[in-house]
Amino acid sequence: MNFFQIISEIEKVDPEVYDRLDSRRSIFKHMTGLGQKLSAAAVPLALGSIFNKVYAQTPVGASVNDVLNFALSLEYLESYFYQRSAAGSGASAVTLRGGFSGTNLAAIDLIRTDEANHVTFLRSVLGTAAIADPGAATFDFTGGKGAAGGPFADVLTNPLTYLAVAQSLEDTGVRAYKGGAALLMSNKTVLTAALNIHSVEARHASRLRTMRRAGPMNNAASQGLPVSPYNAAPKSWISGTDNGGAGGSPTGPTAPIYGAGNNTGAPTGVTFDAESNTTQGGAVLTGLPNTTGFPASAFSEAFDEALDVTTVKTIARTFVVNGNNFLA
Amino acid sequence: MSDTLQPLHTPIKRRSFFQYAGATAGATALVLAGCSKDNDPTTTTTAGTVSLGTGDVGVLNYAYALEQLEAAFYAQVVKTPAADFLTGELAYFTQIAAHEAIHRDFLKAAITSAGGSLLPTLTPIFTTINFSSRASVLNAAKTFEDLGVAAYNGAGILLKSQAYLTIAGQIVSVEARHAAYVRDLLAPGSFADDNQVDATGLDKQLTPTDVIAAAQPFITEKLDASTVGK
Repeated sequence: MNFFQIISEIEKVDPEVYDRLDSRRSIFKHMTGLGQKLSAAAVPLALGSIFNKVYAQTPVGASVNDVLNFALSLEYLESYFYQRSAAGSGASAVTLRGGFSGTNLAAIDLIRTDEANHVTFLRSVLGTAAIADPGAATFDFTGGKGAAGGPFADVLTNPLTYLAVAQSLEDTGVRAYKGGAALLMSNKTVLTAALNIHSVEARHASRLRTMRRAGPMNNAASQGLPVSPYNAAPKSWISGTDNGGAGGSPTGPTAPIYGAGNNTGAPTGVTFDAESNTTQGGAVLTGLPNTTGFPASAFSEAFDEALDVTTVKTIARTFVVNGNNFLA
Repeated sequence: MSDTLQPLHTPIKRRSFFQYAGATAGATALVLAGCSKDNDPTTTTTAGTVSLGTGDVGVLNYAYALEQLEAAFYAQVVKTPAADFLTGELAYFTQIAAHEAIHRDFLKAAITSAGGSLLPTLTPIFTTINFSSRASVLNAAKTFEDLGVAAYNGAGILLKSQAYLTIAGQIVSVEARHAAYVRDLLAPGSFADDNQVDATGLDKQLTPTDVIAAAQPFITEKLDASTVGK
C-alpha cells in the first residue's frame, strides 16, 4: 500500500488535499503512531479515520451523527410506545394485553424488544454524541399533544387503536430510514446497519397490518381478508396511499405518513413521492413490458417510498406533548 | 491495492463496528477513488459462466438475477396453485407475483437505460419445490424473500449512486413485508424471529457471492458475482 500514491490520487479529486493536510500539522505524526499500533490489514480503515478528521468540516449536508440521532429519536418514540403495552406497566396495559391472543401478544412483545434494542444499538454507535433519553412524559400517543381528545383517544386500552398507531409508527420508520440511507453513504458500516434496521421495521409493519386485518384475537395470517379502502383491514404492504392509512380517511391524522414529502433537492437524485407513486427512476411502471393484466394497485405496491427528515419530524410530533421541543 | 481494500468490503463483526463508526464522507469515498486506477475490474470469466458485471450496473444485474428468480417462482405458484392454499392466499400470491415481475422489468429497464450490459434471461430450476403443496411453496417463498432482503441490505454499500441506493431501499422494504407475511403464514408470529433478526435488533445482510451461492441451485446458468460493485 502506497500512502503517497493515494494522496496523489486524492489530489486529482481534491487539489487542496495538501493544504488540508498541512492545516492539521499533527497528521503525519498521527500516521506514524498508527503505523506502530495497527496491523497492515487495519491500515486502510485507520487511514479513513485520519481523512475523516481532515474532511470532517467539509459541509456535505447532514452529518452521519445527525442522521443517526434522528433515527434514535424515532426509535425512542417507538420504544416508549411499545413500553405502554408491557406486562407490569399498569392498569391500561392489563386491559390492552387482555385484548390480544397469546401469539399476537408475543408478536407485540417481540417488536417492543426489537425497538428497545435499536435504541441501545444506536446509542452504542453514537457514544457521547447521542441525544438524551427524552423520557416517557415527552409522548402522548393519543395524538392529543398532552390534552384530552386526541384522534387515538383509546390507544392505551383498545387493541384495534393500539395496532393502528403501531402500524403508523412503523410505516413512518420505514420511510424515514429509506430517506436517511442516501445520507449515510459515506460510512459503509453505518449504512449497512441502518439498512438492517430498515428491513426489520418493514417486517414489523407487515405483521401489524396482518394482525389488523385478522383481528387482535386471531393468530392466523391467512384469516381476515384486506378490505378496500384499507384503513381498517389493510394489506400486509402499502397499497396506494392506503386511503390515508390507519387514521381512517384521506385527510385523517395519519394521511401524511403515506403522502408526498418535501423535495428540497438534497440529497440529489432522491425524491419523496407519495406511496401511490408509479414512476420510478423516470420509468413509468405501467408501461413496462410483460405487465399486461397486472392489477393496477400492484405498480405502487411494488415500491415503498422514502420520506424527508422535515416531513417525518412533523408526523412524529403528532405524538409529542405541546411545549416539548423533541424532534422540533 | 485491491487486497488492502478488502477490509472495507468484508462483513464486519459487531464488536469492531464501533471502532470506525465515525468514519465519514470524504474518507471512504476518497480512499476508494484513490484506488480506482489500479483496481480495474476484469470481465474475464471461465467458459459457461455468466458474469454479473462491475460497478453499479453489476449491482443492478445482481438484483435483476434475484428478481428474475422470484418472479419466475411466483408465476409458477399462481399458474399451478397448491390445492391446500387457504382462503385468500392465491389472491395474495397473485399480487406478490406482480410485484416481483414489476421489480424484474424495472431493473431490466434501468440497466438498459444506464447503457449497461444486460444479464440474459435466466432458466430457473424448481425441481426441489412441490408446487402442489402449500407448505413446500411457503418454505420456498420464505427462502427467496429472506435471501432477497439480505441481498439488498448487503448491496447498499456497493452502490455509488444515491438514486440507485434509494431505489434499492424502495424495493427491499417491500421484500421484507413479503417475507414477514409469508413467515406469518407458515408460523404466526415468526415475522422477525431470532434466526432472522439478531440480538441487537438488526436484520441480516449477505455479500453478492454468498447470495448467488445460495441461489445457484435454482438457476441453470452458472453466475459469477465476484465483481459486483467493484
